[in-house]
Amino acid sequence: MIARAPGTDLPVLLPAGDALRARPDQAAALGWTSRSFTPRSLASLLALFVLAVLVADAQAQAAGAPRESVVTMLLKWAPLVFQGFLFNLLVSVLAMALGSFAGAALGLAQISLLAPVRGASWIATQFFRNAPWLVLLFYCMFLLPFEIQILGLTIPLPAWLKAVVGLALPVMANVAEIVRGGVRSIPATQWESAEALAFSRRQTLWMVILPQCLKRMTPPWMNLYAILTMATTLISVVGIQDGMTTARAALVAEQRLELFIPMYLMLLSWFFLYCYPIARLTLRLERRFQVRG
Amino acid sequence: MAHELGEPVVVATRVEKRFGDAIVLREISMTVRRGETICVIGPSGSGKSTLLRCIDALVPIDTGSITVEGVEVNDPKLDKLSLRKRVGIVFQQYNLFPHRTALQNLMMAPLHVLKQDKAQVEARARALLAKVRLSEKADAYPGELSGGQQQRVAIARSLCMNPSVMLFDEVTAALDPETKKEVLTTIRELAAEGMTCILVTHEMGFAREVADHVYFTDGGVIVEHGPPRELLLNPREARTRAFLDQVL
Repeated sequence: MIARAPGTDLPVLLPAGDALRARPDQAAALGWTSRSFTPRSLASLLALFVLAVLVADAQAQAAGAPRESVVTMLLKWAPLVFQGFLFNLLVSVLAMALGSFAGAALGLAQISLLAPVRGASWIATQFFRNAPWLVLLFYCMFLLPFEIQILGLTIPLPAWLKAVVGLALPVMANVAEIVRGGVRSIPATQWESAEALAFSRRQTLWMVILPQCLKRMTPPWMNLYAILTMATTLISVVGIQDGMTTARAALVAEQRLELFIPMYLMLLSWFFLYCYPIARLTLRLERRFQVRG
Repeated sequence: MAHELGEPVVVATRVEKRFGDAIVLREISMTVRRGETICVIGPSGSGKSTLLRCIDALVPIDTGSITVEGVEVNDPKLDKLSLRKRVGIVFQQYNLFPHRTALQNLMMAPLHVLKQDKAQVEARARALLAKVRLSEKADAYPGELSGGQQQRVAIARSLCMNPSVMLFDEVTAALDPETKKEVLTTIRELAAEGMTCILVTHEMGFAREVADHVYFTDGGVIVEHGPPRELLLNPREARTRAFLDQVL
């Protein structure tokens, strides 16, 4: 990093040499590749991890345990826990897809010309947006049947699929708000000029309004996805084998107290490595859209 | 203007429009003939813009009647599509679609509303862009154009629907004097070609030059109307005189 004059980011207030060097740096700050994983943030995560392992090993030796080192045990369990972590990602993608489709519909229902549709969708949105995610998850696990029958077909509904639905509900409500807010952010004059050109309401929405809000809706949508990914660990509470569950199982199997912090830190790092770039990209998109208006 | 005036295109009869308790239009009657250019002048808030919106059925009227080529606008069973095919309206703030290029802005409605042939529409759109002297900007996005250029694209966009009458709602109010001239030139040419135009404007000089007939409105009523020279140089009503003294 470049030493900056205290209290300013303005290039003009920097010494000339710094200002020149500041330019590629600023360009990189807006770029994806060079700064997405800042060396600093990655290094601090790594340092934290090494520190946790060292402390754990020291604890183990102080306790006089001549068994395997913490690193060996972590490596032994890492593949299994990583599989669980991948399952978290799968659940996050499915819940996001389901929630986005349902949420888009719910959001559009909120701008319907029919008052009952508008009212009902508003209530649904507020309900699912302001309910604790875990409570919704519990409800889905216990209220959804284990199989559904449609036209003589029996479709099994395994627990993990119910969990996907449970997580998709709050996502749906949040996406609905993003969509509604996006549509509202387009000036009424756009509706008026489309109407004057004889576009129907539906045509106006799909050809004029929505294409314009898509850009504005992307950053909050990605933000929501990052939050959802981290929240997928909730499914371990309702007994689904995810990264959290396997990490806990490993701890139980090893019976080694000093493993507790490094093991969860390992899982945490994976989530961090997955979600942090999303957060950076979101920030970058927000900045870019702000400039273009 | 020296061209022949044809049959009535827009006829308003005793139009009244209220927003809540406020009466915005009261007893408005006017007749606009084919090829005629009408200017509506008057202080802000006198209902001029509302009148234009009523003609295009963007705002419903409460009582009275407006017909566009015989189609009654104040009819619950009105086919808005067929009305809006006949009426083009250009707004003060251009209102182009920012996510589409100038050419696409022109082509969208004829393609998707009128379902016309693409090659035909594109040829017409390019011809109209040439007419407003923006051929080289066909692939530019509205954000890349100046205010005057955007407004000319907006005029071309309305013309691309082949309307019978064009409404202009203070289309130069947001422009600086330089770009104003470009837009006024475009409108002047349209009027000279015989397009039926209704302009709400604050450009008195322009009104005197292009209008066949000028209406002065204040407080939602037509105070007086007449040929531009008479009304602008020799107003009968004290209210008109007071307004003109202020703006001229």
